[in-house]
Amino acid sequence: MSETSHAHQVHAAPTGFIWKYVFSLDHKIIGLQYYFLALIAVFLGMALSIIFRLRLAWPTEHWPLLAKIFPAGFEGGPMLPEFYLAMLTMHGTIMVFFVLTTAPQSGFGNYFLPIQIGAHDMAFPVLNMLSFWVTFVSMAVMVAALFVTGGAPISGWTAYAPLSALGEVAGPGLGLGQTLWIISIAIFCLASLLGALNFITTVLNMRAKGMSLMRMPLTVWTWLTTAILALLSFPVLLAGGILLLFDRIGGTSFFIPAGLVVSDKVIPHAGGSPILWQHLFWFFGHPEVYIAILPGMGVTSQLLSTFARKPIYGYRAMVYAVFAIGLLGFFVWGHHMFMSGLSPMSALVFSMLTLTIGVPSAVKTFNWLGTLWGGKIRFTTPMLYAIGFVSLFVSGGITGLFLGQTSVDIPLHDTYFPVGHFHLIMGVAAIFGIFGGTYYWFPKMFGRMLNEGLGKLHFWLTFIGVNAIFMPMHIMGIMGHPRRYAQGTEFQFLSGTQPYHVFITWAAIITAVAQFIFLLNFFWSLFKGKKASDNPWEATTLEWTIPSPPPHDNFAGKIPVVHHGPYEYGVPGAPRDFVMQTDQPLKVGKA
Amino acid sequence: MGRALAVLLWLITLFAVVLFSGKHGWFPESISEHGPAIDAQFIRTLIVVAIAFVASQVALGWYVWRYRDTGKGEAVYTHGNTKLEVGMMLLVTVVFVSLAAMGQKVWAQLQLQDAPADSVPIEVTGQQFAWNIRYPGADGKFGRTDPKLINDQENPVGLDTKDAAAKDDIVSVNRMAIPVNRSIKVILRAKDVTHSFFVPALRFKQDTVPGLAIPVHFKALKTGEYEIACAELCGLGHYKMKGYLMVMDDAQYEAWLKDRATN
Repeated sequence: MSETSHAHQVHAAPTGFIWKYVFSLDHKIIGLQYYFLALIAVFLGMALSIIFRLRLAWPTEHWPLLAKIFPAGFEGGPMLPEFYLAMLTMHGTIMVFFVLTTAPQSGFGNYFLPIQIGAHDMAFPVLNMLSFWVTFVSMAVMVAALFVTGGAPISGWTAYAPLSALGEVAGPGLGLGQTLWIISIAIFCLASLLGALNFITTVLNMRAKGMSLMRMPLTVWTWLTTAILALLSFPVLLAGGILLLFDRIGGTSFFIPAGLVVSDKVIPHAGGSPILWQHLFWFFGHPEVYIAILPGMGVTSQLLSTFARKPIYGYRAMVYAVFAIGLLGFFVWGHHMFMSGLSPMSALVFSMLTLTIGVPSAVKTFNWLGTLWGGKIRFTTPMLYAIGFVSLFVSGGITGLFLGQTSVDIPLHDTYFPVGHFHLIMGVAAIFGIFGGTYYWFPKMFGRMLNEGLGKLHFWLTFIGVNAIFMPMHIMGIMGHPRRYAQGTEFQFLSGTQPYHVFITWAAIITAVAQFIFLLNFFWSLFKGKKASDNPWEATTLEWTIPSPPPHDNFAGKIPVVHHGPYEYGVPGAPRDFVMQTDQPLKVGKA
Repeated sequence: MGRALAVLLWLITLFAVVLFSGKHGWFPESISEHGPAIDAQFIRTLIVVAIAFVASQVALGWYVWRYRDTGKGEAVYTHGNTKLEVGMMLLVTVVFVSLAAMGQKVWAQLQLQDAPADSVPIEVTGQQFAWNIRYPGADGKFGRTDPKLINDQENPVGLDTKDAAAKDDIVSVNRMAIPVNRSIKVILRAKDVTHSFFVPALRFKQDTVPGLAIPVHFKALKTGEYEIACAELCGLGHYKMKGYLMVMDDAQYEAWLKDRATN
């Protein structure tokens, strides 16, 4: 038996520490590496947000402790506006790339996609290892930008040219900091491409017998769709990044037009277009929103079905909706550019297409509600996060109806309204997907349960906290508060917004502190948590048929055969309230 | 647990409804001709959004309350209801697409129609971190400019005085006077990086883009002084890039221009 099982393995189980945990080819270890990278990134990104929120609430206050760490950011006492912008830029970049793109897709996807389709590993294990280490290098370069002379870039995560193209003359942080930022993003694009190829090939080629496409868990569908989006969108950002780099260090003028004058100096460039950068950036940037949120939708579907003890409502509709969202996501990038000087006629087209994305999104919401309807809901921590996801998805998604309309976007564009909108949906809803996935899969990954009491406390504080932070931002946006302002006290029309700034900062601080409950729970449970059984949640998908944690090649050489769809709960006539995908076919007519 | 979560979901819904009631901050008073149409479309959208938002959150809370596992009964075994799903999808499509279609009307009026021929021409040039306002003067023509002549203190837009048409151009920094009840045609430019000309009271916003001259038009219906803000990240002074739009009656406006011309 041991010989036959060995023959099934592509690569043997490694023995040394380096090959087992560092340069591992095992998709599970690589998944965990991505996960821990994202865990570090999310706490870093959160810390940065607290720093810049301090300035928004109390613009003239002194912060001696921070001034010691970043003396250049506090020259003269209070936090400097350029330091505020540097923190904001790095917060956005780190969260979007190293958390929202990394954890749900590369982390959970790597770990669970092969297991859920009954494969012993990814299609290209070496490519997989490379994609992680390339991501790691990208993050190291990004973090380095925080500490170089001149500081981190101040051009926002969108790095609009020519601000990002002109160099130090346009402002602090736009020298070496901005260059490192671009290099890091370019490296990240490469890593994402390697990962995306691997995911797509694995899903298409390596499914176990009986795992037809329409029997795949919805998580697998969302990872597949996300991989396709990444494959098609990251190359465009990569191209844009390289062109921007050429403009900065090669003397080219892709994004810099003629006749620019900065501080009375004529810039010796001619022929470029700032709007070209926006097209390239958002051609990536909008699909990126779905790269961040789609895996969360998959996890939410999985959890709602599992803990409502019901099949997912409208499985096929859910699959089509995911694909429709992914496809439409490529045709709406112009809605970020209604005020950019884009042709007003194309704005009309982008606007109509944008509102049609609301349709598959509504289908998802409707079917999640349908899944809960008539269920027997078990309120485990992962389930709380899944329900929280649905609520946040509605709150954050629905305000897209305002922003997607050309005319209504005029007063709201680039205010706190879109900041509230995208944080609720691609920020915290996606993070809730990650938390839901963590509480759900932790027992499988580490063989121990997370503490439910601490998990629930973490949920309540976080769910209340994120609503308190991001809901009021919509009102600040309606009042006209532009985003990326180092303070809101310079304008008369913003005089009513300062109490909101203070309220939001306090809510952010409390929510941030609550995340340490999660951290404590995570590391305490890792060593001291209750031992997990193979299937603690009584779930149906393949990862729950194998030991917790799984052996090196997942199925110990016995590739499973699949007989059922992924969400067969409460099946009448079945011996228990769930039918696992590998269970023998039910005998017809058995009562 | 289920009931507590349901109550929390409803409280969050209530919190959002109270926030959006208009009593806790809203748009400034609209002073432009097109403003009320945007506001009306905002309200139409708000009604649709409020119905969908409240219905979804209340239903979510209700299901969470009603279908918590009490240890009794069986879960309903269903894989969905295609008729219901398709029906819901059609309803959403019709509502969303009609909403979008209505919203396009205001946009089309503003952006797809040229400014009326008798509009007052003004040029606005954004720079780090100020608004340069230029009037063509008595000849009605903007004179030649040259980036090489730009000097922030004396010649912020680089007027070339060798050009006859440039001699009577009037340049003002951060103060933009316009006559009330007349269509204003603004040419938007940027000197260094992208900025965005944002006047909340006008319900007006448009990026000023280096290398482009973007023509826009609007009409203010109420005299007074209103703030101009920058809405596109342009560097460290972005938050204090402030100008004033001074809407005057015709006599005041003419006097202001004359006063500026002699200075």
